[in-house]
Amino acid sequence: MESIILFAPLVGALIAGFGWRLTGIRGAQWITTGLLFLACAFSWIVFFTHGPETQHIQILRWIESGTLSTDWSIRLDRLTSIMLVVVTSVSSLVHLYSFGYMAHDDNFREGEESYKPRFFAYLSFFTFAMLMLVTADNLVQMFFGWEGVGVASYLLIGFYYRKPSANAAAIKAFVVNRVGDFGFALGIFGLFFLTDSIKFDDVFAAAPALAETQLTFLWTDWNAANLLAFLLFVGAMGKSAQFILHTWLPDAMEGPTPVSALIHAATMVTAGVFLVCRMSPLMEYAPQATAFITFLGASTAFFAATVGLVQNDIKRVIAYSTCSQLGYMFVAAGVGVYSVAMFHLFTHAFFKAMLFLGAGSVIHGMHHEQDMRNYGGLRKKLPYTFWAMMIGTLAITGVGIPLTTFGFAGFLSKDAVIESAFAGTNGGFAFWALVVAALFTSFYSWRLMFLTFYGKPRGNKHTHEHAHESPNVMLIPLGVLALGAIFSGMLWYNSFFGKEDTVRAWFGMEAVAHQDKGHGDDHAKADDHGDDHAKADDHGDAHTNEEHHGEGDSHAAEHSDPAHAAVAAAHHGEAPAGAIFMHPDNHVLHDAHYVPKWVKISPFVAMVLGFVVAYWFYIVNPKLPARLAENQRPLYLFLLNKWYVDEIYDFLFVQPSKALGRFLWKRGDGDVIDGSINGVAMGIIPFFTRLAGRFQSGYIFSYAFAMVIGIAVLITWMSITGGAQ
Amino acid sequence: MISADLNIILPEILLSVFAMVALLGAVYTEKDKLAPTLVWITAAVMAAMALWIGTSGSGTNEAFGGMFIDDGFARFAKVTILISAAAVLVMSQEYMQRRGILRFEYPMLIALAAVGMMMMVSAGDLMALYMGLELQSLSLYVVASLRRDSVKSTEAGLKYFVLGALSSGLLLYGASLTYGYAGTTLFSGIVQTATEGHLSLGMLFGLVFLASGLAFKVSAVPFHMWTPDVYEGAPTPITAFFATAPKMAAMALFARLMHDAFGQAVGDWSQVIALLSLLSMFLGAVAAIGQTNIKRLMAYSSIAHMGYALMGLAAGSALGVQALLIYMAIYVTMNVGTFAFILSMERDGAPVTDISGLHMLSKREPAKALAMLVLLFSLAGVPPLVGFFGKLYVLRAAYEAGLAWLAVAGVVASVIGAFYYLRIVFYMYFGEERDDAVEMRSSPVLYGLLMASAIIMVAGVVNLFGIEGAAAAAAATLVN
Repeated sequence: MESIILFAPLVGALIAGFGWRLTGIRGAQWITTGLLFLACAFSWIVFFTHGPETQHIQILRWIESGTLSTDWSIRLDRLTSIMLVVVTSVSSLVHLYSFGYMAHDDNFREGEESYKPRFFAYLSFFTFAMLMLVTADNLVQMFFGWEGVGVASYLLIGFYYRKPSANAAAIKAFVVNRVGDFGFALGIFGLFFLTDSIKFDDVFAAAPALAETQLTFLWTDWNAANLLAFLLFVGAMGKSAQFILHTWLPDAMEGPTPVSALIHAATMVTAGVFLVCRMSPLMEYAPQATAFITFLGASTAFFAATVGLVQNDIKRVIAYSTCSQLGYMFVAAGVGVYSVAMFHLFTHAFFKAMLFLGAGSVIHGMHHEQDMRNYGGLRKKLPYTFWAMMIGTLAITGVGIPLTTFGFAGFLSKDAVIESAFAGTNGGFAFWALVVAALFTSFYSWRLMFLTFYGKPRGNKHTHEHAHESPNVMLIPLGVLALGAIFSGMLWYNSFFGKEDTVRAWFGMEAVAHQDKGHGDDHAKADDHGDDHAKADDHGDAHTNEEHHGEGDSHAAEHSDPAHAAVAAAHHGEAPAGAIFMHPDNHVLHDAHYVPKWVKISPFVAMVLGFVVAYWFYIVNPKLPARLAENQRPLYLFLLNKWYVDEIYDFLFVQPSKALGRFLWKRGDGDVIDGSINGVAMGIIPFFTRLAGRFQSGYIFSYAFAMVIGIAVLITWMSITGGAQ
Repeated sequence: MISADLNIILPEILLSVFAMVALLGAVYTEKDKLAPTLVWITAAVMAAMALWIGTSGSGTNEAFGGMFIDDGFARFAKVTILISAAAVLVMSQEYMQRRGILRFEYPMLIALAAVGMMMMVSAGDLMALYMGLELQSLSLYVVASLRRDSVKSTEAGLKYFVLGALSSGLLLYGASLTYGYAGTTLFSGIVQTATEGHLSLGMLFGLVFLASGLAFKVSAVPFHMWTPDVYEGAPTPITAFFATAPKMAAMALFARLMHDAFGQAVGDWSQVIALLSLLSMFLGAVAAIGQTNIKRLMAYSSIAHMGYALMGLAAGSALGVQALLIYMAIYVTMNVGTFAFILSMERDGAPVTDISGLHMLSKREPAKALAMLVLLFSLAGVPPLVGFFGKLYVLRAAYEAGLAWLAVAGVVASVIGAFYYLRIVFYMYFGEERDDAVEMRSSPVLYGLLMASAIIMVAGVVNLFGIEGAAAAAAATLVN
């Protein structure tokens, strides 16, 4: 069944991509969509039936080279089954939605060019690659999926290949991701270098040892666990569009809207979060790296939310919103509450996909107009879309009843992230950044709603007159996702963010004995202290670098302290059980439930505040935003131009690269290489040819002369250099 | 004692006796009318002898107190010499007959030259060396001017003779110097005079003169000047012969002399050979560019190829000798095919040697053009053809012997050299239609040899027909 889930999209992609002339355009669409729904159904079955245990399903033997030996197999555990559900559900709905959205496209000559099978093939291929990524049992297999989704993303962003902007965006996405992938690849190399394996189980088993290993990299020594965790996170930054490497995501909106919903909102961009959660056994031993993840996630959440405030393109607003929400997930993962990161990933997939598809529906109805300044009053024209977007907005802004677990999906997961952030950083930067970002999120989400659906119609009258509701194939996916946006939070709240026992059990982790101690807020510190002691014992065992190069197994024997025997066996001998791993000292999940009341209410307050301001700005006093923008022009431009990050990159990297390329091309290749080769081939060699011809005079005496000269030279040379003098 | 010695040189004796008997027989009977038959008989005898030598001999046998050595190395060289000489003989029969220059002395001279060459590669003594060399050379002087009514042919023979005499003088001077300082003419005696890997100054002079004499025979720069003129002037079948068997013999003799007589002073002669190799490779490549006559072009081509073979010798190792043997065997095979092609070129019954006649040959003779293309690519050393592996071997030998600079220079020279080979391919496939186009008139023998050679160049990539192992065994008997 798992294999069918995995390969059904691939089969669909191959049939649609290469065999559509046999199946027909319609057939290709139905086959891919049907196979995706099949995969989706199976995924839900797996999700509900597969327990917390980890299962390895071997597909084929893959690499046998020296000490590198690895299978191609599916790692099926809770993390995988969550991702399977997310990916196949959103993907199948997007396939269905695309029937309507891609029905007519002005970018292609209708009737002459068959772009639809290509589109569906790419979508299915993407889904296959994404499933490869989430079911990976080792790092290289994951890297395969990682690159596969990168390729699919590139192809789909550049789907309108006649638009120069789409091509540029596709290249940008690819290049920026390459920066991240370089880090990811280095991380894989490093893990293989130190643990001699790329299998997750072996790497996880070696994580405690890595934490005590020093690794020389670039100019100095690093703690191996921190360095490798950081390098892996660089890969995640690229894929998940975190600050510094985020610039490709807004541009990626050049792709068709279903693509934005599937790849750039629900699935591929969350691969980075998935990676961090998957590598949680390593992350738990990399405190500095996770601190950085927290910091960067919070910064991204804040940064993207500020930019989202002033964007006018409906898709760009949602794109920045995605970027911001991914920041939330990373904060949760960074403070060590991986379940909450996955929770937000899970709920976000539903409501963000829905928002995108809703936006697509609006764009579709408005004849591919994307500027919100030309919308207005569409509530009546697009009633179903309006309600869907309303549900999405309620979900993303986090509407619910405070201090209970009753609310939209985003309410539960986002509040969980914010509470974890407070517990994990003791109310530090990450917490405040997220609360402010929640305020901004609420503002720009409502701004989007008000500008689009309320007020008077603006812009082209003709377009507004012909605005129409989308067909059912587009509305049904919206409805299904709306269910997810409403209920997914409440249904699975306990599994992801319930009592620590529940969560640990659900993810298949070992129960921790001393978790019931922490009723107060500061118990964690005492435990930390105790464990520092334990670590000191470990240090006594004379760990040297060389020992760590081999396998983690040898370390089990070194731990003689009976109190830690169980931990030692679990951590040093074999990989910790469960889909994710939380160190026994990690009490953030537990503490997050006991944060002060004001902390729990704060995101709700921020949400209400954002709503009120948006209402005031865009319903009560619509002139105000323009005036404010006029008064605070530098700030407005700063935000509108996305903090000028693109410009800085253009100045720092793009222009110098182009200049270097031009130099190497014109001067290096053109003048030096071509010039010298042409010079040698057309000037020097013919000269010698003529010279040789001149010597070949035909006269015996000149031939004899040459021989005599030759022997004279040889004799002279030999008597100077050779022999036994 | 004497019977054992005679037994060892039995092949040489038999071939000489055959040549002399056939000569006398022909003189007193039908003379030139017998020539075609004699050509085939001689070729058959030489082929049989190659088979015999190749399959029978084993181990190292010395005759006449070490003056004559029959070892694996000699046998490898002899087989190559005899087979290529036989191939050239059968190639030439039809061509020479049609032009009325097939005399009955011709196969006999070739047979005697072959005896000389066999003597050369088996020489274990300076006197044996000279005897073989002169027997070969005298035969060649005569065949070069076989066409007595042609000015060019006689000029070629005369030039070859005069310069050959000069080189023999140099060689003899070197031999006498060596004898004077070593007190013996036996290689096995000379080799013991080196002290701590170096030679005395007198020996050094002897070495250089000897090397110069042999360099003339292999037409290494700067002793190469006769080659283009003689190649051009001699009748084409004779040129084909010059380009194959004697080169193999001289190269083998060169290797034998250097390793057997001066094997303890590799450092001393290695640099001389390396210099000759370098100059030959570059001059061969550069000067050939200016040639429009395909025979002159092949002369420069052979100069360049001798440069590569010398690179193997310059390495001064067993691997180097192995590379040299492989290279020479491949070179000879390629040249037989190429000359089969050249022998087919004619217009209105007269031979043509200008490469401009080859324009658009692929349209008229696709099969032969394709075969020639394969041979030219192989001569240029383009992978995956067999010619590439020959180069690869010598380059590797040179590199492993610490002559990386020479290997790099060899690669550069081969790039330059590729130009003139590929120019012919260009003419054949992408040239322009012209009215001076050649007609290809191939007898079945020529056609067969051309195709066989081309097929070998392609099929040989599998395992080089096993000559690697044979060459390695042969090299092991020489260098130890």
